[in-house]
Amino acid sequence: MNTIITADQLFQALRETVVMVGVSLFFGALLGIPIGIVLVITRPGGILQNRFVFAVLNPLINVVRSLPFIILLVAIIPFTRLLVHTSIGTSAAIVPLVVYVAPYIGRLVENSLLEVSPGIMEAAEAMGATTFQVIWHFLLPEAFGSLILTMTTATIGLIGATAMAGTVGGGGIGDLAISYGYQRFDTFVILVTVAILIVFVQGIQSAGNRFARKARRD
Amino acid sequence: MIELKDIHKTFTRKGQTIEALKGVNLRVDKGDIFGVIGYSGAGKSTLIRMVNYLERPTKGRVFVEGEALDQFSPVQLRKTKKKIGMIFQHFNLLESKTVYDNIAIPLVLLKQDKKSIRERVTELLQFIGLADKADSYPKELSGGQKQRVGIARALASNPSILLCDEATSALDPQTTKSILDLLKKINEEYHITILMITHEMAVIQQICNKVAVMEQGEIIEQGEVLEVFGNPQHPTTESFVRTVIQTSVPESVLQSLSPEGAGRLFKLKFAGGNASEPIIDSLIRKYNVSVNILFANMSQIQNTTLGMMIVQLGGEDRDIFRAVEFLGSRGVEIGELQDLQEFQNRRKDPVIAESHKDRVIKEVTAV
Repeated sequence: MNTIITADQLFQALRETVVMVGVSLFFGALLGIPIGIVLVITRPGGILQNRFVFAVLNPLINVVRSLPFIILLVAIIPFTRLLVHTSIGTSAAIVPLVVYVAPYIGRLVENSLLEVSPGIMEAAEAMGATTFQVIWHFLLPEAFGSLILTMTTATIGLIGATAMAGTVGGGGIGDLAISYGYQRFDTFVILVTVAILIVFVQGIQSAGNRFARKARRD
Repeated sequence: MIELKDIHKTFTRKGQTIEALKGVNLRVDKGDIFGVIGYSGAGKSTLIRMVNYLERPTKGRVFVEGEALDQFSPVQLRKTKKKIGMIFQHFNLLESKTVYDNIAIPLVLLKQDKKSIRERVTELLQFIGLADKADSYPKELSGGQKQRVGIARALASNPSILLCDEATSALDPQTTKSILDLLKKINEEYHITILMITHEMAVIQQICNKVAVMEQGEIIEQGEVLEVFGNPQHPTTESFVRTVIQTSVPESVLQSLSPEGAGRLFKLKFAGGNASEPIIDSLIRKYNVSVNILFANMSQIQNTTLGMMIVQLGGEDRDIFRAVEFLGSRGVEIGELQDLQEFQNRRKDPVIAESHKDRVIKEVTAV
């Protein structure tokens, strides 16, 4: 089968995808996990109940999550330029990816933490634990297995989103599939990139499941 | 010492106001094993949560070791909570941590150093008899073992008070007994005051020295366990007492009574010291009466025996009167059963029979 791309291009794209996913996952988690925690503790009945914070944060997350990634990507270009001093390339793609994934992680983390039994929270409170101690010694360890699955889901979501990163010259496997495979009718590229993405997603999901099982001691 | 003064608690759910506690007064002295019993929904869960402020009273004050909790800052309140251990019906252990780490948690929260934590946790593991399970996870333990870990965790920070929230309700009778024995040991060896809530009278019977009965957010009866068991005032208390001590005459005994039968029927109740005295023997020897024991029941409460007996006394009215007087003078509570004929007629009417089943006793004080 004939193709127009070189192996170098493929490896370059692979590298870009790994960098984009890895870096935005890191910063996304850095923002998203605290967002999830704040949602859980400030909600009505939470350990640090705060009507105002919850009422602002909750809909804000929904608003950001409503935006299609491609729109978000373009809409925040001024913000991206402010942060990384460019609006094209891999690093320019990372900023919108973080903005996209952080509220997503926040919501998933919220769900994971809400699974922790109210009895555990009550025991923590009965022991006179501070808010920080409740989060650090009770909430996070008890939700750890579930949080691993949360991060797995977020990573796979990010891989999907990176395909659009080509719009701002971010590159990556998805971009390769669109600009060479789809737009130039290169079937080989489509097959190879899709195969790579399947392997990626499968691998990440299996690893996530395994770690989560271990953490949950099933 | 714990003191609750005129505690009210109202919850509002979906616009509906629920009064969980309506003016509860309770005093638990140092060294007590105080049991609060009631059916579900009586408000006992809410009550026990007042003591460590997991729930705050809508009105009224809570005193722990003489200090009012409402005057405390959040920091002082957390400090006080560390002096109050709590165990739960569903144990509430951290599934993600080993037995060792679960017991260590209160000490980690206190920021103690690793060495003193190790010493304390090792000591507690010995005490609860689970030294070999230090590295196990809660999932690998039985219910009784989990509750032992819960107890060790509650004791880690050397509390002066232990709150037990239906601590044995999820356990089988055998395990319940061993957990209750452990609680008793804690009370005796560490001089920890215990406040427990339960719906099982057998739990109260086994280890408590004081009891309060709750119904619809109110304490309807409280006192020394022996007192309450021996002489329940409220129908609810009576039905709780009946779950562990048979206080009504069995149907089979009633059937066998014939109206022509000679003698009058008396119900005798005795407690403590006089239970071991040969009263019946003296009765027969000293007074010219015949004694026919129709029904007898002895129950062990704490270290005291509580007895109940239905006897038929035959003989001259004068002799029976003197016999009754004698029993009264020996601290036996005595009452005559109503006229047998009337009693049996009543039993034939199902409505009346139901309401009179346990009230056929006409109290006659030994005049």
